[in-house]
Amino acid sequence: MNEELYANLAIFVLSLLVGFEVMSKIPATLQTPMMSGANAIHGVVVVGAFVIAAEADNMYFYILAFLAAFFAAVNVAGGYTVTDRMLGMFDRPTGGSKKDDKSGGEK
Amino acid sequence: MSLLETCASLIYLISAVCYVIGVHMMRSPKTAKNGNLLSGLGMIMAVVMILIEIIADGKISFPGWIALAAGLILGIGYGVIKARKVPMTDVPQLVSLFNAVGGGAAATIGIFDYTRLAAGSGLALAFSIPVFLDVVIGGTTFSGSLIATGKLSGHVPGKPIIFPGSKLLNGLVVIAIIVAAVMMIGFPTNIWYIVLGLVASLIFGLLMTLPIGGADMPVVVSLLNAFTGLAVSFAGFVINNQILIIAGALVGAAGTILTLQMAEAMNRSVANIIAGGFGGGDEAS
Repeated sequence: MNEELYANLAIFVLSLLVGFEVMSKIPATLQTPMMSGANAIHGVVVVGAFVIAAEADNMYFYILAFLAAFFAAVNVAGGYTVTDRMLGMFDRPTGGSKKDDKSGGEK
Repeated sequence: MSLLETCASLIYLISAVCYVIGVHMMRSPKTAKNGNLLSGLGMIMAVVMILIEIIADGKISFPGWIALAAGLILGIGYGVIKARKVPMTDVPQLVSLFNAVGGGAAATIGIFDYTRLAAGSGLALAFSIPVFLDVVIGGTTFSGSLIATGKLSGHVPGKPIIFPGSKLLNGLVVIAIIVAAVMMIGFPTNIWYIVLGLVASLIFGLLMTLPIGGADMPVVVSLLNAFTGLAVSFAGFVINNQILIIAGALVGAAGTILTLQMAEAMNRSVANIIAGGFGGGDEAS
């Protein structure tokens, strides 16, 4: 086994353990935002889209790079925006009005 | 290691820390919003760093820039507009849609690198195994999450869809995935086996999600979310990028725990939901 693979494997296993540890009992109201927040984090795949776009050198690869960039950008931009909007609900006083439901996404 | 590489490694490490602390803060309603912002900050740092890296590297061609920029602009525009406009009640299907495209991106990266490198000499197992896992898991979550989106939004009937011969088809698809695995890993010069793997995993995603009732969908979306994390992690192995490995594994593990808790909150078990889908024995409320 080469050194690079071993280092990557070690990082992978330890990150899995961190993932298991960091997630304790989540209150039911936070489960959907948490799912959405985790969904946004795997939007980091957008970094991979940059990497392959830099390597693309013909039409077939340009199309794949475009697809990867588009998919990943939807994931990461949409993911963080919708999570932020959901969590904006918790800022308001409990049992409060839902009057500005539609503008909940502002930062 | 050059200065730039050192900086990049450190920045990626900091962004990984942001994700972990961000998830940690999201466990309580008081800190949840800041947790998400912190994780978003980590994301921005990682994206700026990779941008600097490819500019400094200078290998990217002009059409490469166009493809990247067009994809990013359209993707960000679509994602943000959708995320802002969607009514709060429709959020779960939107998350599922975002999850689908994340899996699609991971699978696309695997296909890109495999078709690029398979034309040359044989590939190392350290490359061919992660690329297989990346494409198959990514493909499964892509189609599975799209069906989940459809079920939650009512475009696909919410009741369990079971058709005659589905068990036989399941078996065939699993065999196809195994054949693709053996051929991709054993004989990595023929690119058609990755196509077989991709198509089989797309069908597998459909077969996995269609028989599950609409009421169980949130749990399934969370499970597919964890799968996408793993696919992204394997994409990190493929392109040898640690931030993808860390963030993907983090979501894979945290998402799995979250899935178990969501199932528990609904008085269901994950095994029951999935097996109920494949076995067809279990009715959804």
